Amino acid sequence: MAHFGKPAEGSWTEHFGLSTEPISYGDSISPEFYALEQEAIFKKTWLNVGRVEQLPKAGSFFTKELDAAKTSLLIVKNRDGVIKAFHNMCRHRGNKLAWQDFPNEEIAGFSRQFTCKYHGWRYDLDGKLVFVQQEKEFFDLDKEKLGLAPISVDVWEGFIFVTFNPDPQPLKDYMGKLGAGLEGYPFELMTQKHTYRSEIGSNWKLFIDAFMEFYHAPVLHSQQATDEESRKLQEYGYEALHYDIDGPHAMVSSWGGMSPPKDLGMVKPIERALRSGLFGPWEGPEIGELPEGVNPAKSKTWGIDSFLFFPNFMLLIWKPNWYLTYHYWPTSYNTHIFETSLYFAPPKNALERLQQELAVVTFKEYGLQDANTLEATQTMLQSGAVTEFPLCDQEVMLRHMHTVARDYVEKHKSDSGAVLAGTKGA
Amino acid sequence: MAAFPAQFAALEPYADWALPSEADRYAKRLASSMDELQSFYDAALPLLESQADYLKGVSLDGISEADLNLLRCLQALVTVSFPVEAWHQPYVPDSGAASIDVTVEPRP
Repeated sequence: MAHFGKPAEGSWTEHFGLSTEPISYGDSISPEFYALEQEAIFKKTWLNVGRVEQLPKAGSFFTKELDAAKTSLLIVKNRDGVIKAFHNMCRHRGNKLAWQDFPNEEIAGFSRQFTCKYHGWRYDLDGKLVFVQQEKEFFDLDKEKLGLAPISVDVWEGFIFVTFNPDPQPLKDYMGKLGAGLEGYPFELMTQKHTYRSEIGSNWKLFIDAFMEFYHAPVLHSQQATDEESRKLQEYGYEALHYDIDGPHAMVSSWGGMSPPKDLGMVKPIERALRSGLFGPWEGPEIGELPEGVNPAKSKTWGIDSFLFFPNFMLLIWKPNWYLTYHYWPTSYNTHIFETSLYFAPPKNALERLQQELAVVTFKEYGLQDANTLEATQTMLQSGAVTEFPLCDQEVMLRHMHTVARDYVEKHKSDSGAVLAGTKGA
Repeated sequence: MAAFPAQFAALEPYADWALPSEADRYAKRLASSMDELQSFYDAALPLLESQADYLKGVSLDGISEADLNLLRCLQALVTVSFPVEAWHQPYVPDSGAASIDVTVEPRP
Protein backbone atom coordinates (compact mmCIF):
# COMPACT_ATOMS: atom_id res chain seq x y z
CA MET A 1 0.00 0.00 0.00
CA ALA A 2 2.42 2.69 -1.17
CA HIS A 3 1.14 6.25 -0.81
CA PHE A 4 4.30 8.08 -1.79
CA GLY A 5 7.06 7.33 -4.28
CA LYS A 6 10.35 5.67 -3.39
CA PRO A 7 13.76 5.85 -5.10
CA ALA A 8 14.55 3.59 -8.10
CA GLU A 9 16.39 1.10 -5.86
CA GLY A 10 13.01 0.20 -4.33
CA SER A 11 13.79 1.50 -0.83
CA TRP A 12 15.31 4.56 0.84
CA THR A 13 17.64 2.29 2.82
CA GLU A 14 19.19 0.74 -0.32
CA HIS A 15 19.14 4.11 -2.08
CA PHE A 16 21.52 5.47 0.57
CA GLY A 17 23.74 2.39 0.32
CA LEU A 18 22.87 1.14 3.79
CA SER A 19 22.58 -2.50 4.83
CA THR A 20 19.07 -3.91 5.25
CA GLU A 21 20.23 -6.44 7.87
CA PRO A 22 18.95 -6.31 11.47
CA ILE A 23 20.99 -3.98 13.69
CA SER A 24 22.65 -4.45 17.05
CA TYR A 25 22.11 -2.03 19.93
CA GLY A 26 25.54 -2.85 21.37
CA ASP A 27 26.36 0.85 20.87
CA SER A 28 23.69 1.87 23.40
CA ILE A 29 24.20 -0.45 26.37
CA SER A 30 27.91 -0.29 27.11
CA PRO A 31 29.95 2.07 29.33
CA GLU A 32 33.01 1.25 27.20
CA PHE A 33 31.29 2.32 23.99
CA TYR A 34 30.14 5.57 25.62
CA ALA A 35 33.71 6.31 26.73
CA LEU A 36 34.81 5.88 23.11
CA GLU A 37 31.96 8.09 21.86
CA GLN A 38 33.10 10.89 24.18
CA GLU A 39 36.50 10.94 22.47
CA ALA A 40 35.48 9.98 18.93
CA ILE A 41 32.28 12.01 18.58
CA PHE A 42 31.73 14.65 21.26
CA LYS A 43 35.35 15.87 21.28
CA LYS A 44 35.60 15.86 17.48
CA THR A 45 32.38 17.22 15.93
CA TRP A 46 30.74 20.65 16.08
CA LEU A 47 28.16 20.84 18.91
CA ASN A 48 25.30 23.34 18.99
CA VAL A 49 25.15 24.94 22.44
CA GLY A 50 22.69 27.79 21.91
CA ARG A 51 21.42 30.72 19.85
CA VAL A 52 22.81 34.23 19.36
CA GLU A 53 19.66 35.68 20.99
CA GLN A 54 20.95 34.28 24.31
CA LEU A 55 23.84 36.79 24.09
CA PRO A 56 22.15 40.11 23.35
CA LYS A 57 25.02 42.46 24.34
CA ALA A 58 28.68 42.68 25.35
CA GLY A 59 29.08 40.81 28.64
CA SER A 60 26.10 38.49 28.09
CA PHE A 61 27.10 34.92 28.92
CA PHE A 62 25.79 31.44 29.60
CA THR A 63 27.39 28.22 30.82
CA LYS A 64 26.94 24.78 29.33
CA GLU A 65 27.54 21.55 31.21
CA LEU A 66 28.98 18.97 28.81
CA ASP A 67 29.49 15.60 30.46
CA ALA A 68 29.88 14.18 26.97
CA ALA A 69 33.12 16.14 26.62
CA LYS A 70 33.89 15.96 30.36
CA THR A 71 33.82 19.73 30.85
CA SER A 72 31.77 22.85 31.49
CA LEU A 73 31.87 25.78 29.06
CA LEU A 74 31.57 29.53 29.48
CA ILE A 75 30.17 31.20 26.36
CA VAL A 76 30.36 34.98 26.30
CA LYS A 77 30.02 37.99 24.00
CA ASN A 78 33.07 40.27 24.23
CA ARG A 79 33.26 44.07 23.83
CA ASP A 80 33.66 43.75 20.06
CA GLY A 81 30.45 41.71 19.81
CA VAL A 82 32.39 38.50 19.09
CA ILE A 83 31.25 35.26 20.75
CA LYS A 84 33.97 33.41 22.67
CA ALA A 85 33.94 30.01 24.36
CA PHE A 86 36.19 28.86 27.20
CA HIS A 87 36.52 25.97 29.55
CA ASN A 88 34.68 27.24 32.64
CA MET A 89 37.72 26.80 34.85
CA CYS A 90 40.01 29.11 36.83
CA ARG A 91 43.67 28.87 35.81
CA HIS A 92 44.86 29.04 39.43
CA ARG A 93 43.76 25.71 40.92
CA GLY A 94 41.02 24.57 38.58
CA ASN A 95 37.92 25.77 40.40
CA LYS A 96 34.81 26.11 38.27
CA LEU A 97 34.61 29.80 37.40
CA ALA A 98 30.99 30.79 36.64
CA TRP A 99 28.26 29.14 38.71
CA GLN A 100 25.70 30.05 41.35
CA ASP A 101 24.50 28.08 44.36
CA PHE A 102 24.89 24.69 42.65
CA PRO A 103 28.14 24.08 40.74
CA ASN A 104 26.49 21.63 38.32
CA GLU A 105 23.62 23.89 37.29
CA GLU A 106 23.86 25.99 34.17
CA ILE A 107 23.56 29.75 34.57
CA ALA A 108 23.13 32.74 32.25
CA GLY A 109 23.43 36.47 32.78
CA PHE A 110 25.49 39.58 32.24
CA SER A 111 28.93 40.35 33.63
CA ARG A 112 31.80 42.76 32.92
CA GLN A 113 34.31 40.20 34.13
CA PHE A 114 34.40 36.79 35.80
CA THR A 115 35.72 36.43 39.34
CA CYS A 116 36.67 33.06 40.77
CA LYS A 117 34.79 32.37 44.02
CA TYR A 118 37.86 30.64 45.49
CA HIS A 119 40.72 33.21 45.53
CA GLY A 120 39.25 36.09 43.57
CA TRP A 121 41.24 35.77 40.31
CA ARG A 122 39.50 37.84 37.64
CA TYR A 123 39.15 37.37 33.87
CA ASP A 124 37.82 39.81 31.27
CA LEU A 125 35.35 39.05 28.47
CA ASP A 126 38.20 37.82 26.26
CA GLY A 127 39.26 35.32 28.91
CA LYS A 128 42.36 37.36 29.79
CA LEU A 129 43.55 37.12 33.40
CA VAL A 130 43.36 40.70 34.73
CA PHE A 131 43.70 40.36 38.51
CA VAL A 132 45.52 38.01 40.86
CA GLN A 133 44.99 38.26 44.60
CA GLN A 134 48.36 38.92 46.32
CA GLU A 135 50.12 38.61 42.99
CA LYS A 136 53.53 39.28 44.57
CA GLU A 137 53.31 36.02 46.55
CA PHE A 138 53.58 34.02 43.31
CA PHE A 139 56.74 32.94 41.55
CA ASP A 140 57.41 34.27 38.02
CA LEU A 141 53.68 34.55 37.35
CA ASP A 142 52.99 35.59 33.74
CA LYS A 143 49.35 36.70 33.58
CA GLU A 144 49.53 36.79 29.77
CA LYS A 145 49.90 33.01 29.73
CA LEU A 146 47.12 32.33 32.22
CA GLY A 147 44.00 33.31 30.31
CA LEU A 148 40.97 31.00 30.27
CA ALA A 149 41.49 27.96 28.04
CA PRO A 150 39.64 28.75 24.79
CA ILE A 151 37.81 26.39 22.48
CA SER A 152 36.69 26.96 18.90
CA VAL A 153 33.33 28.62 18.42
CA ASP A 154 31.43 29.53 15.26
CA VAL A 155 27.92 30.57 14.31
CA TRP A 156 25.65 29.11 11.61
CA GLU A 157 22.34 30.89 10.94
CA GLY A 158 22.36 32.27 14.49
CA PHE A 159 23.08 28.86 16.08
CA ILE A 160 26.23 28.90 18.25
CA PHE A 161 28.45 25.85 17.84
CA VAL A 162 31.63 24.80 19.66
CA THR A 163 34.15 22.09 18.98
CA PHE A 164 37.00 20.59 20.99
CA ASN A 165 38.67 19.43 17.79
CA PRO A 166 42.03 21.26 17.60
CA ASP A 167 41.87 21.18 13.81
CA PRO A 168 38.18 21.48 12.96
CA GLN A 169 36.54 21.45 9.58
CA PRO A 170 34.89 24.89 8.95
CA LEU A 171 31.39 24.83 10.49
CA LYS A 172 29.70 25.75 7.21
CA ASP A 173 31.38 22.77 5.52
CA TYR A 174 30.43 20.52 8.42
CA MET A 175 26.75 21.48 8.04
CA GLY A 176 26.99 20.28 4.43
CA LYS A 177 24.26 20.20 1.84
CA LEU A 178 21.43 19.86 4.37
CA GLY A 179 22.65 22.91 6.29
CA ALA A 180 23.11 24.93 3.10
CA GLY A 181 19.52 24.16 2.09
CA LEU A 182 18.23 25.85 5.27
CA GLU A 183 20.28 29.04 4.98
CA GLY A 184 18.07 32.12 4.84
CA TYR A 185 15.27 30.67 6.98
CA PRO A 186 14.20 33.57 9.25
CA PHE A 187 15.22 31.93 12.54
CA GLU A 188 16.03 35.41 13.88
CA LEU A 189 12.36 36.46 13.67
CA MET A 190 11.23 33.63 15.94
CA THR A 191 12.29 34.89 19.33
CA GLN A 192 9.36 33.71 21.47
CA LYS A 193 11.08 30.76 23.13
CA HIS A 194 9.86 27.95 25.39
CA THR A 195 12.44 25.45 26.68
CA TYR A 196 11.86 22.10 28.37
CA ARG A 197 14.40 19.81 29.99
CA SER A 198 14.18 16.21 31.07
CA GLU A 199 16.52 13.66 32.59
CA ILE A 200 16.02 10.48 30.59
CA GLY A 201 17.00 6.96 31.65
CA SER A 202 18.25 5.87 28.26
CA ASN A 203 21.22 6.09 25.97
CA TRP A 204 21.20 9.41 24.06
CA LYS A 205 20.84 7.69 20.69
CA LEU A 206 17.62 5.93 21.66
CA PHE A 207 15.72 9.22 22.01
CA ILE A 208 17.10 10.38 18.67
CA ASP A 209 15.72 7.11 17.25
CA ALA A 210 12.28 8.03 18.58
CA PHE A 211 12.27 11.40 16.84
CA MET A 212 13.77 10.26 13.56
CA GLU A 213 10.86 8.07 12.58
CA PHE A 214 7.12 8.68 12.57
CA TYR A 215 6.34 4.97 12.20
CA HIS A 216 5.49 4.99 15.94
CA ALA A 217 3.18 8.00 15.88
CA PRO A 218 -0.15 6.39 14.88
CA VAL A 219 0.33 3.75 17.62
CA LEU A 220 2.07 5.29 20.65
CA HIS A 221 0.17 8.56 20.37
CA SER A 222 -3.16 7.13 19.18
CA GLN A 223 -5.17 8.64 22.04
CA GLN A 224 -4.12 12.15 21.10
CA ALA A 225 -6.38 12.05 18.04
CA THR A 226 -10.14 11.59 18.05
CA ASP A 227 -11.14 7.87 18.02
CA GLU A 228 -12.18 7.79 14.38
CA GLU A 229 -9.15 9.72 13.20
CA SER A 230 -6.87 7.47 15.25
CA ARG A 231 -8.33 4.32 13.62
CA LYS A 232 -7.79 5.80 10.16
CA LEU A 233 -4.20 6.76 10.97
CA GLN A 234 -3.36 3.25 12.18
CA GLU A 235 -4.86 1.61 9.06
CA TYR A 236 -3.03 4.04 6.83
CA GLY A 237 0.30 3.57 8.60
CA TYR A 238 3.11 6.00 8.01
CA GLU A 239 5.24 6.85 5.01
CA ALA A 240 7.48 9.89 4.69
CA LEU A 241 7.45 12.23 1.71
CA HIS A 242 11.21 12.25 1.40
CA TYR A 243 14.47 11.33 3.11
CA ASP A 244 17.93 12.73 2.53
CA ILE A 245 21.37 11.92 3.90
CA ASP A 246 24.55 13.96 3.53
CA GLY A 247 27.69 12.90 5.36
CA PRO A 248 26.81 12.26 9.01
CA HIS A 249 23.57 14.29 8.79
CA ALA A 250 20.08 13.24 7.70
CA MET A 251 16.57 14.58 7.25
CA VAL A 252 13.01 13.34 6.88
CA SER A 253 10.23 15.33 5.28
CA SER A 254 6.71 14.50 6.34
CA TRP A 255 3.11 15.24 5.49
CA GLY A 256 0.57 16.16 8.15
CA GLY A 257 -0.58 19.00 10.31
CA MET A 258 -3.95 19.56 8.72
CA SER A 259 -3.80 23.33 8.97
CA PRO A 260 -6.69 23.80 8.87
CA PRO A 261 -8.10 20.25 8.76
CA LYS A 262 -10.53 19.37 5.97
CA ASP A 263 -13.07 18.19 8.52
CA LEU A 264 -13.19 20.00 11.87
CA GLY A 265 -14.61 16.81 13.45
CA MET A 266 -11.15 15.28 13.04
CA VAL A 267 -9.64 17.41 15.79
CA LYS A 268 -10.26 17.92 19.50
CA PRO A 269 -12.48 20.77 20.77
CA ILE A 270 -9.55 22.80 22.17
CA GLU A 271 -7.85 22.60 18.76
CA ARG A 272 -11.04 23.77 17.02
CA ALA A 273 -11.46 26.62 19.50
CA LEU A 274 -7.87 27.82 19.18
CA ARG A 275 -7.20 26.81 15.56
CA SER A 276 -3.92 25.26 16.67
CA GLY A 277 -2.45 21.91 17.71
CA LEU A 278 0.69 19.78 17.60
CA PHE A 279 1.75 21.36 14.31
CA GLY A 280 1.23 24.85 15.72
CA PRO A 281 -1.24 27.61 14.92
CA TRP A 282 -3.13 26.76 11.72
CA GLU A 283 -2.54 30.26 10.40
CA GLY A 284 1.13 31.04 11.03
CA PRO A 285 2.91 34.33 10.38
CA GLU A 286 3.85 35.39 6.85
CA ILE A 287 7.59 34.86 6.33
CA GLY A 288 7.94 34.85 2.55
CA GLU A 289 9.43 32.10 0.44
CA LEU A 290 11.06 29.18 2.23
CA PRO A 291 14.64 28.15 1.45
CA GLU A 292 15.15 25.39 -1.12
CA GLY A 293 16.03 22.72 1.48
CA VAL A 294 12.64 22.98 3.21
CA ASN A 295 9.93 20.63 1.88
CA PRO A 296 12.42 19.10 -0.60
CA ALA A 297 9.72 17.01 -2.32
CA LYS A 298 7.74 20.26 -2.84
CA SER A 299 4.65 18.39 -1.70
CA LYS A 300 1.31 20.15 -1.19
CA THR A 301 0.65 17.91 1.83
CA TRP A 302 3.98 18.86 3.48
CA GLY A 303 3.78 19.46 7.24
CA ILE A 304 7.22 19.18 8.85
CA ASP A 305 10.90 18.61 8.14
CA SER A 306 13.14 17.02 10.79
CA PHE A 307 16.89 17.42 10.41
CA LEU A 308 19.51 15.63 12.49
CA PHE A 309 22.83 17.44 12.48
CA PHE A 310 25.12 14.80 13.92
CA PRO A 311 25.67 14.04 16.65
CA ASN A 312 22.89 15.46 18.82
CA PHE A 313 21.18 18.52 17.31
CA MET A 314 17.76 18.16 15.71
CA LEU A 315 16.03 21.03 13.95
CA LEU A 316 12.34 20.78 13.06
CA ILE A 317 10.76 23.21 10.61
CA TRP A 318 6.94 23.27 10.76
CA LYS A 319 4.66 24.34 7.94
CA PRO A 320 2.88 27.06 10.00
CA ASN A 321 6.20 28.94 10.21
CA TRP A 322 7.81 28.13 13.52
CA TYR A 323 10.68 25.86 14.52
CA LEU A 324 11.82 23.57 17.28
CA THR A 325 15.16 22.16 18.41
CA TYR A 326 16.00 18.95 20.26
CA HIS A 327 19.32 18.32 21.99
CA TYR A 328 20.39 15.06 23.60
CA TRP A 329 23.29 15.50 26.05
CA PRO A 330 24.62 12.17 27.33
CA THR A 331 25.50 11.94 31.02
CA SER A 332 26.40 8.23 31.00
CA TYR A 333 25.91 5.24 28.69
CA ASN A 334 22.29 4.86 29.84
CA THR A 335 21.25 8.40 30.85
CA HIS A 336 21.01 11.72 29.09
CA ILE A 337 19.51 15.18 29.37
CA PHE A 338 16.93 15.95 26.73
CA GLU A 339 16.25 19.58 25.88
CA THR A 340 13.57 20.98 23.61
CA SER A 341 13.12 24.59 22.61
CA LEU A 342 10.10 25.80 20.65
CA TYR A 343 10.52 29.11 18.82
CA PHE A 344 7.66 31.25 17.50
CA ALA A 345 7.27 34.72 16.09
CA PRO A 346 6.30 36.91 19.09
CA PRO A 347 2.51 36.70 19.55
CA LYS A 348 0.65 39.88 18.62
CA ASN A 349 -2.22 39.30 21.07
CA ALA A 350 -3.60 37.00 23.78
CA LEU A 351 -5.22 34.64 21.25
CA GLU A 352 -1.92 34.04 19.43
CA ARG A 353 -0.23 33.46 22.80
CA LEU A 354 -2.81 30.75 23.57
CA GLN A 355 -2.43 29.18 20.13
CA GLN A 356 1.31 28.85 20.81
CA GLU A 357 0.64 27.52 24.31
CA LEU A 358 -1.40 24.67 22.81
CA ALA A 359 1.48 23.65 20.51
CA VAL A 360 3.93 23.81 23.44
CA VAL A 361 1.77 21.81 25.83
CA THR A 362 0.97 19.25 23.12
CA PHE A 363 4.71 18.70 22.61
CA LYS A 364 5.05 18.02 26.34
CA GLU A 365 2.18 15.51 26.41
CA TYR A 366 3.71 13.58 23.50
CA GLY A 367 7.21 13.89 24.93
CA LEU A 368 6.17 12.35 28.25
CA GLN A 369 4.91 9.24 26.43
CA ASP A 370 8.08 9.04 24.33
CA ALA A 371 10.37 9.53 27.34
CA ASN A 372 8.84 6.78 29.43
CA THR A 373 8.86 4.29 26.55
CA LEU A 374 12.61 4.87 26.22
CA GLU A 375 13.44 3.97 29.80
CA ALA A 376 11.63 0.67 29.24
CA THR A 377 13.53 0.10 25.97
CA GLN A 378 16.90 0.74 27.64
CA THR A 379 16.17 -1.75 30.43
CA MET A 380 15.21 -4.48 27.99
CA LEU A 381 18.15 -3.86 25.66
CA GLN A 382 20.46 -4.12 28.66
CA SER A 383 19.00 -7.53 29.47
CA GLY A 384 20.89 -8.83 26.43
CA ALA A 385 18.08 -11.34 25.88
CA VAL A 386 17.85 -10.33 22.22
CA THR A 387 20.75 -8.84 20.28
CA GLU A 388 19.47 -8.24 16.74
CA PHE A 389 16.64 -5.92 15.76
CA PRO A 390 14.96 -5.50 12.36
CA LEU A 391 14.50 -1.92 11.14
CA CYS A 392 12.04 -0.99 8.39
CA ASP A 393 12.55 1.45 5.52
CA GLN A 394 10.77 4.24 7.48
CA GLU A 395 13.54 3.84 10.10
CA VAL A 396 16.33 4.60 7.61
CA MET A 397 17.49 7.74 9.48
CA LEU A 398 18.14 5.92 12.71
CA ARG A 399 19.87 3.07 10.92
CA HIS A 400 22.13 5.69 9.37
CA MET A 401 22.76 7.53 12.68
CA HIS A 402 23.82 4.33 14.50
CA THR A 403 26.05 3.44 11.55
CA VAL A 404 27.69 6.88 11.66
CA ALA A 405 28.26 6.65 15.44
CA ARG A 406 29.90 3.23 15.06
CA ASP A 407 32.02 4.48 12.13
CA TYR A 408 33.30 7.48 14.16
CA VAL A 409 34.23 5.14 17.01
CA GLU A 410 35.94 2.66 14.67
CA LYS A 411 37.92 5.45 12.98
CA HIS A 412 38.96 6.83 16.37
CA LYS A 413 40.08 3.37 17.47
CA SER A 414 42.16 2.81 14.35
CA ASP A 415 43.62 6.36 14.48
CA SER A 416 44.61 6.08 18.14
CA GLY A 417 45.84 2.53 17.51
CA ALA A 418 48.05 3.94 14.75
CA VAL A 419 49.36 6.68 17.06
CA LEU A 420 50.08 4.11 19.73
CA ALA A 421 51.89 1.84 17.26
CA GLY A 422 53.84 4.89 15.98
CA THR A 423 54.92 5.77 19.54
CA LYS A 424 56.09 2.23 20.17
CA GLY A 425 58.04 2.14 16.90
CA ALA A 426 59.80 5.44 17.67
CA MET B 1 -13.12 42.55 43.19
CA ALA B 2 -13.64 40.59 39.98
CA ALA B 3 -10.58 38.72 38.75
CA PHE B 4 -11.61 38.75 35.07
CA PRO B 5 -13.16 41.09 32.48
CA ALA B 6 -16.99 41.22 32.87
CA GLN B 7 -17.89 38.86 30.00
CA PHE B 8 -15.75 36.15 31.64
CA ALA B 9 -17.60 36.28 34.98
CA ALA B 10 -18.38 32.56 34.68
CA LEU B 11 -14.67 31.92 35.37
CA GLU B 12 -14.77 33.60 38.81
CA PRO B 13 -15.13 30.28 40.72
CA TYR B 14 -11.99 29.06 38.89
CA ALA B 15 -9.80 32.11 39.57
CA ASP B 16 -7.30 29.88 41.38
CA TRP B 17 -6.35 28.44 37.96
CA ALA B 18 -4.88 31.80 36.93
CA LEU B 19 -1.31 30.67 37.64
CA PRO B 20 1.81 32.34 36.24
CA SER B 21 3.83 29.37 34.97
CA GLU B 22 3.29 26.16 33.03
CA ALA B 23 4.82 24.20 35.91
CA ASP B 24 2.22 25.60 38.36
CA ARG B 25 -0.65 24.84 35.98
CA TYR B 26 0.57 21.29 35.36
CA ALA B 27 1.05 20.64 39.10
CA LYS B 28 -2.51 21.84 39.81
CA ARG B 29 -3.84 19.55 37.08
CA LEU B 30 -2.09 16.52 38.62
CA ALA B 31 -3.44 17.46 42.07
CA SER B 32 -7.05 17.74 40.83
CA SER B 33 -9.78 15.14 40.42
CA MET B 34 -11.33 14.49 37.01
CA ASP B 35 -14.59 16.07 38.29
CA GLU B 36 -12.72 19.26 39.14
CA LEU B 37 -10.94 19.32 35.78
CA GLN B 38 -14.19 18.67 33.91
CA SER B 39 -16.03 21.41 35.77
CA PHE B 40 -13.34 24.00 35.00
CA TYR B 41 -13.15 22.84 31.36
CA ASP B 42 -16.95 23.04 30.96
CA ALA B 43 -16.97 26.61 32.24
CA ALA B 44 -13.95 27.83 30.27
CA LEU B 45 -14.14 26.19 26.84
CA PRO B 46 -17.40 27.89 25.74
CA LEU B 47 -15.89 31.28 26.67
CA LEU B 48 -12.80 30.56 24.62
CA GLU B 49 -15.01 29.55 21.69
CA SER B 50 -17.23 32.63 21.87
CA GLN B 51 -14.67 35.28 22.86
CA ALA B 52 -11.87 34.74 20.34
CA ASP B 53 -12.37 38.26 18.97
CA TYR B 54 -11.97 39.75 22.44
CA LEU B 55 -8.70 37.83 22.94
CA LYS B 56 -7.46 39.03 19.54
CA GLY B 57 -7.89 42.59 20.81
CA VAL B 58 -5.76 42.02 23.93
CA SER B 59 -2.17 43.15 23.37
CA LEU B 60 0.45 41.53 25.61
CA ASP B 61 2.30 44.83 26.01
CA GLY B 62 0.91 46.62 29.03
CA ILE B 63 -1.74 43.90 29.57
CA SER B 64 -4.21 44.78 32.36
CA GLU B 65 -4.40 42.67 35.51
CA ALA B 66 -7.85 41.32 34.58
CA ASP B 67 -6.69 40.33 31.09
CA LEU B 68 -3.55 38.76 32.50
CA ASN B 69 -5.65 36.66 34.89
CA LEU B 70 -7.83 35.68 31.96
CA LEU B 71 -4.86 34.71 29.81
CA ARG B 72 -3.39 32.60 32.62
CA CYS B 73 -6.72 30.94 33.26
CA LEU B 74 -7.09 30.06 29.58
CA GLN B 75 -3.51 28.77 29.49
CA ALA B 76 -4.63 26.48 32.30
CA LEU B 77 -7.59 25.43 30.14
CA VAL B 78 -5.07 24.28 27.52
CA THR B 79 -3.27 22.23 30.19
CA VAL B 80 -6.55 20.75 31.42
CA SER B 81 -7.89 19.95 27.94
CA PHE B 82 -5.63 16.89 27.64
CA PRO B 83 -7.03 14.95 30.62
CA VAL B 84 -10.57 15.91 29.63
CA GLU B 85 -10.41 15.40 25.87
CA ALA B 86 -7.81 12.64 25.51
CA TRP B 87 -6.58 10.84 28.63
CA HIS B 88 -9.67 10.57 30.90
CA GLN B 89 -7.25 10.87 33.81
CA PRO B 90 -5.14 13.79 35.14
CA TYR B 91 -1.74 12.37 34.15
CA VAL B 92 -0.44 11.23 30.76
CA PRO B 93 -1.01 7.46 30.37
CA ASP B 94 2.14 5.33 30.33
CA SER B 95 4.27 8.30 31.35
CA GLY B 96 5.31 6.62 34.63
CA ALA B 97 8.12 8.45 36.40
CA ALA B 98 9.06 10.54 33.35
CA SER B 99 8.98 14.31 33.79
CA ILE B 100 9.60 17.16 31.37
CA ASP B 101 10.11 20.50 33.06
CA VAL B 102 9.95 24.01 31.69
CA THR B 103 13.20 25.97 32.08
CA VAL B 104 12.46 28.97 29.83
CA GLU B 105 9.00 30.38 29.17
CA PRO B 106 7.68 33.75 28.09
CA ARG B 107 5.56 35.55 30.66
CA PRO B 108 2.80 36.22 29.93
